[in-house]
Amino acid sequence: MADIHIDDYVDITDVVCPVTFVKAKVALEELDDGQVLSVKLNDGEPVQNVPRSMKEEGHQVLKLTENGDGTYELLVKKVGD
Amino acid sequence: MATDYATLKKGGFMRQKQKNHFSLRLRVVGGNLTAKQLAKIAQVSEKYGDGYVHLTSRQSVEIPYIKLEQIDDVKNALAEGDVEPGVCGPRVRTITACQGKAICPSGCIDTYALAKELDDRYFAKELPHKFKFGITGCQNNCLKSEENDVGIKGGIKVEWIKDKCIQCGVCVKVCRSGAIELKDGKISLDQEKCNFCGRCTKSCPVDAYQETEGYIVSFGGLFGNRINKGETVIPFIEDHDTLLKVCDRAIRFFEKNALPGERFKFTIDRVGKEVFEKEIKEAYENG
Repeated sequence: MADIHIDDYVDITDVVCPVTFVKAKVALEELDDGQVLSVKLNDGEPVQNVPRSMKEEGHQVLKLTENGDGTYELLVKKVGD
Repeated sequence: MATDYATLKKGGFMRQKQKNHFSLRLRVVGGNLTAKQLAKIAQVSEKYGDGYVHLTSRQSVEIPYIKLEQIDDVKNALAEGDVEPGVCGPRVRTITACQGKAICPSGCIDTYALAKELDDRYFAKELPHKFKFGITGCQNNCLKSEENDVGIKGGIKVEWIKDKCIQCGVCVKVCRSGAIELKDGKISLDQEKCNFCGRCTKSCPVDAYQETEGYIVSFGGLFGNRINKGETVIPFIEDHDTLLKVCDRAIRFFEKNALPGERFKFTIDRVGKEVFEKEIKEAYENG
């Protein structure tokens, strides 16, 4: 999994739900179908809700990595334009 | 001629403080009404009532200020809009439901379809006292299932599919009961802790859980003069037909054993919880 190419990055640790999802979604809109977004998110509500919302929107969650400092990195592949 | 209030009540006409006026309760299933029904209700409330409706605590609609002598006209007018009177008194009441999985992302079961089915099966069935069914789609419990005589809560039983899993750990994070552990690339699920909420499988990015829908059924709930949280006898009922058999048995138990004016909870207490649970288990196993 180490060879996933990341096209863009967004930090949503500075906002709270539901703006977390909105911010990630806006960042995804800038991408093309098949491109990968890296999302930095907080533990708690964001990590419980954002991956699920991405799935519900039809995008593909590739990976979730714990950064060890209370934050996570979520890799999402955009599906559709 | 003396007014037969019992018959009126059975037909959903609730006597008001104001002489010869009734608040007419309507038949609503699972909290849904069509636009056609709403339009007719609006029309009737303007023509025969006081131009407003009251929304009851259990998802019904009442049209207040219906006059005694116009009851038949009102019924006929409502029928044109596919609206029927509801019921009050000692019988099966409105079957309530949340929007369930047809609409809500958290929903585990099709609550409306089930409400419709229970309505066809039991609505207005005569019993020793009122009897309420409530259906909620998931553990969020928006419909408060345990406050009903029979409460039905949707759930999902999950089984991990090793080959599909990408070990992302999202399920571990979303599980509110701490039932999931990820260790050495393997998911372990503590069945004792799992409450069938389905959050793990709903958030799993690769659908690495096999889902089985089911029902968590509680009995003896009350939320009026006395308050009691309905209790579960079978932890999880997977099969739809078995659910109906269990409901049938619960109603039969009430019909057979309850004293007039006695709620289900007190019948269970008086006859004995063990006796009741034995019957429910028997229905669950043998139908």
